Amino acid sequence: MANDRMIEIRWHGRGGQGAKTAALLFAEAVLSTGKYVQAFPEYGPERMGAPVQSFNRISEQPITLHCAITEPSFVVVLDPTLMDSVPVVEGLRKDGKVIVNTQFSAKEIAAKLKVSSDKVFVVNASKIAMDTIGLNIPNTPMLGALVKVIGDLDIEGVLKDTRHKLEQKFRHKPQVIDGNLESIKRAYNEVQSEQAVAAKNA
Amino acid sequence: MVQTTTKNGIIVAKTGNEIMAEAMRQIAPDVVAAYPITPATEIVQIFSQFVADGLVPTEFVAVESEHSAMSACIGSSAAGARTMTGTSSQGLALMHEMLYIAAGLRLPIVVALVNRALSSPINIHGDHSDTMGSRDAGWIQIYSENSQEAYDNLIQAIRIAEKAKIPAMVTTDGFIISHCMEVVEKIPDEDVKKFIGEYKPERPLLDYKKPFSVGAIDLQDYYFEHRYQLIDAMEKAKPIVLEVAEDFKKEFNREYGFYEKYKMDDADIAIVVIGSAAGTAKVAVDDIRKKGVKAGLIKLRVFRPFPHKELAQELSNLKAVAVLDRCDSNSGAPAPLYLEVTSALYTHCKSECPKVINYVYGLGGRDIDLHHIAYVYDMLGKIKTGTQIKKVVNYVNLR
Repeated sequence: MANDRMIEIRWHGRGGQGAKTAALLFAEAVLSTGKYVQAFPEYGPERMGAPVQSFNRISEQPITLHCAITEPSFVVVLDPTLMDSVPVVEGLRKDGKVIVNTQFSAKEIAAKLKVSSDKVFVVNASKIAMDTIGLNIPNTPMLGALVKVIGDLDIEGVLKDTRHKLEQKFRHKPQVIDGNLESIKRAYNEVQSEQAVAAKNA
Repeated sequence: MVQTTTKNGIIVAKTGNEIMAEAMRQIAPDVVAAYPITPATEIVQIFSQFVADGLVPTEFVAVESEHSAMSACIGSSAAGARTMTGTSSQGLALMHEMLYIAAGLRLPIVVALVNRALSSPINIHGDHSDTMGSRDAGWIQIYSENSQEAYDNLIQAIRIAEKAKIPAMVTTDGFIISHCMEVVEKIPDEDVKKFIGEYKPERPLLDYKKPFSVGAIDLQDYYFEHRYQLIDAMEKAKPIVLEVAEDFKKEFNREYGFYEKYKMDDADIAIVVIGSAAGTAKVAVDDIRKKGVKAGLIKLRVFRPFPHKELAQELSNLKAVAVLDRCDSNSGAPAPLYLEVTSALYTHCKSECPKVINYVYGLGGRDIDLHHIAYVYDMLGKIKTGTQIKKVVNYVNLR
């Protein structure tokens, strides 16, 4: 089935947190690394704070699938409170990974989501965003965390492309560009699994 | 690695709406008159920004309804201006009266159209009810599987419409394509300009040295003859569609026709489908073929003019065919594409026709995935080996 051929990603956020923007930015950044991409949001009732989803597909080959993603290889959770109300790991593939913006450990999140801890990666993207951008907008740092967890994407290429995109979007607010890029780098370096923690402590 | 098909191709990641707006900027029509409607709003919104930023010299007319949008387009096109607009769903429905007038006056207006369900109940998502409701309005209809096709089709539609002197609509599936960012190969501005050429209307209303009437009353004496000219023009649009596709392939190395055949060479069962579901169905065909099933797919691109002879020829040697319709005709009879396909087969089949079954799917944006399509091929396999079709019209993913 198609699942074996490509990476499929599901973003969970709340209306206004930038789940859609993150998926679009991520797609453009991945295109710059030479892969085929799709990014699409799930459009439901649109209001601030409501649970929303967006999606990405990445492949070495042209992507012709245009159906929903129900068995993601990666799930990104922008808002940890969603774990109380939305089944964020639903359909996650056997070898799938979930990346959560949280201050808790991978072990604690794994227990909460009732999945094995080797599936879980955590990063405090909200804190990173506060430190680097000055606002709690965790979508850009989560891009960095996702690039790290996927593994075979070139972070330098992603940073370069994102800088280019942000320079176009924020040409009147250049101060936010460096902060956003710093947030991606920090999340890339700080995202961790339980295994990484165990290895460090050993 | 993402590759271009020509050396000047430009690879970008764009949504269906973004790339249709981009195509419109490159086409640079003289006039765009439009009214916003989800999910087509972005097309004219982005385009109007291009106008505001001075990136395109188009006269942009913001009107108060789609009826007015099409009316303004008719006036502008009759005056001799290359004219475009964008709309969807209820917007197209509100234009309905004017669609026939545009066609009857033989005005080559081109519409970037995003397919969306019709009310009620209110639904903003993709299905083909809107354009299928306009299928006999005398407009050329070209459907797109993805953003690349939407872009290429819109550029080709300008030439097709202007040569055939019939208006044309180019569609994408609402949200599924209109809001999906994908990899698209753009053509440089100057190459688009060269491909579409300069518009030289035969009888512009603004040519005051040769005055004539437009929209005059035409009763029992000549109405029939004038309508026959439109009927004849639609027939004659067929070779024009193919000519333009041929030229497009020569210039930009991407192939188009009335339809796309996918793994049809040795197929004995096939699905006929329109739009984005064809992309998903291609993956389903690949999967099923691994099990030794000779499955094929025909994705119809041009619904008007309808290539009835050609399509019948493609299908006549098959054992079983499923026609997938993303709308229903609410008629107590099967859905529109099924009716066209079976009529084509009945008219042109020399010996035994394949068995044909109808599946209505995806109304209001309901998902159709690989499992659903695999199920349809499974049914075709059974029909091929003798299972009787008990119900002609069936429904995919209906609860």
